[in-house]
Amino acid sequence: MSRAAVPTEHGARRALRIMVASKWPLLAVAFLFFASVAAAFGPVLSPFDPNRQNLVLRLADPMAVGPDGSLFWLGSDALGRDVLSRLLYGARVSLLVGFAAIAVGGGIGIVAGLLSGYFGGWVDDLIMRVGDIQLAFPFILLAILFLVVLGSGVGNLILVLGVGQWVTYARIVRADTLSLREKEFVEAARALGDSTVSIIFRTILPNILAPLTVIASFNVASVILSEAALSFLGLGVPPSVPTWGSMLAESRDTLVANKWWLAVFPGVAIMLTVLSFNILGDWLRDFLDPRLRERT
Amino acid sequence: MGSYVLRRLLQSVVVIVGVTLVTFLALQAGGDPTYLFVSERASLEEIEAARRALGFDRPLHEQYLSYVGDLTRGDFGQSLSYRQPAMEIVLEALPATIELAIFSMFIAIVVAIPLGILSAINRGTAWDGSITTFAMFGQSIPNFWMGIMMILFFGLYLRWFPISGHVPFLTPLLAGDVGVAFANLPRTLYHLILPGIAVGTYSLARNTRLIRSSLLEVLEQDYVRTARSKGLSERRVLIHHAMRNAWLPVVTIIGLEFGFLLGGVVVVETVFSYPGIGRLLFAAINQRDIPLVQAGVTLLAGVFILLNLLVDLVYVRLDPRMKLSEGRA
Repeated sequence: MSRAAVPTEHGARRALRIMVASKWPLLAVAFLFFASVAAAFGPVLSPFDPNRQNLVLRLADPMAVGPDGSLFWLGSDALGRDVLSRLLYGARVSLLVGFAAIAVGGGIGIVAGLLSGYFGGWVDDLIMRVGDIQLAFPFILLAILFLVVLGSGVGNLILVLGVGQWVTYARIVRADTLSLREKEFVEAARALGDSTVSIIFRTILPNILAPLTVIASFNVASVILSEAALSFLGLGVPPSVPTWGSMLAESRDTLVANKWWLAVFPGVAIMLTVLSFNILGDWLRDFLDPRLRERT
Repeated sequence: MGSYVLRRLLQSVVVIVGVTLVTFLALQAGGDPTYLFVSERASLEEIEAARRALGFDRPLHEQYLSYVGDLTRGDFGQSLSYRQPAMEIVLEALPATIELAIFSMFIAIVVAIPLGILSAINRGTAWDGSITTFAMFGQSIPNFWMGIMMILFFGLYLRWFPISGHVPFLTPLLAGDVGVAFANLPRTLYHLILPGIAVGTYSLARNTRLIRSSLLEVLEQDYVRTARSKGLSERRVLIHHAMRNAWLPVVTIIGLEFGFLLGGVVVVETVFSYPGIGRLLFAAINQRDIPLVQAGVTLLAGVFILLNLLVDLVYVRLDPRMKLSEGRA
């Protein structure tokens, strides 16, 4: 099973051309760039401290002007906190948790898949059966169970969401390792006396990374959705840290009073971020290997 | 075929044991679980007494065995907030959750089929473009936010649909009141529409994409070309030849889909104050009512595993190749 592995110079140009031609991926990259800037420079960009309460200006409409002339672009919430500032800070948690969880899950999954595929036998059986059991369990329930016991916090959130993802990576890496194990260049490395560790990580690993970027892109999207859902349930990060999910949870109290902006903006932020990662995943897949369609 | 069924049953038993192990270990993951059961102001003696009463002073494997022993008798312990057996409370909420899950699944499948077919047979046209764009958005909208938006628009602004509540159908049906159940049915469905769409949209979008790509692949097969060259009508080719095989990947993921739906149900129920297991779990989480969380999670996982087993068995019947190869699922 051969596969266009590492994009070459020519490949990079082709990737860019596909991206520009289909417009959507370009918009996705632009939005993600914007979101990353918001996450990185939130404190500089946001007009207010996201936790500063302003009891005079509670539930202010979007574009409301405060007594000191300051502008609340997207309005304020029930405690008079600026929605725009909270939104910008919220990008931090979503992106941080999204990427970190993928790093954890991808890391575990890649190592497990390499071991499973390279050694086979009981190692393979054990790892794959554990994966089967995990997939037989609706993931969000598992996350709820562990977060209730472990307590909330960015670290625990990353850990739980990350561990939830490893099986997908392990399965794909295992299948690719199985097919590469018998290839001539691996054979050659073995004949040259390379250590097993070196063969697994230096010879095999670089050749299976490309398709994983596709999985990772879709995965970031689904992890961000899960993070939002868990934050919405009150299982995410402590209340002092603004997140898109917890903003939506708070918006429910003022829904009947028709304070729509509290419910609309955080949701749009989540949707656009997730949409961008999904579009990016689609584009990467079409570019790298259309056959991956069956596996995602 | 018999040996496949047997192996699949055995696999399910292993998975269920795995689930009990996970729910058991989850409780231990945060350190001494006694502290989850006693008040924050409890004295050292009270904590020690509670530890002994709950059995947390025993070795781990002993605790696990007695935990599994209790589970086989349906005993999940007392709910801390209701002071009732946790399983009873969860079982009471189960019918409402099943109603919502089935309704969402119905939307996710019944709407996805025509959309997927329409998209595939009109590949590259504006139809295809709008349907795939819709599917892309459908997979990116958080279900609970969709619920909130529908409450705002269809519930509060247009006032077309109720924004909360539930009218039971399964509960009277199971109690034998068939008349009451069917008298309730129209209002049951009326209350299910908004939460059902919120839960089902993600799966609807995914199924649409899946049916589209699966049908596109099948339409390129030789036997479809043969059918066409025999002069069969396009409709006949589609229904009698192409769709039969395009179904298979869809059936495979329906079981897994139920897991996604259950996850969605947990969150969306909270949005619509819908009295199912999800809202119960949400309350239990906030009150740190561990036995109730354990009971709810285990029950949902059990339902999920059972359903997956069923789907796999249906799959064997649908795909004759499975009978021959006796392949693994």
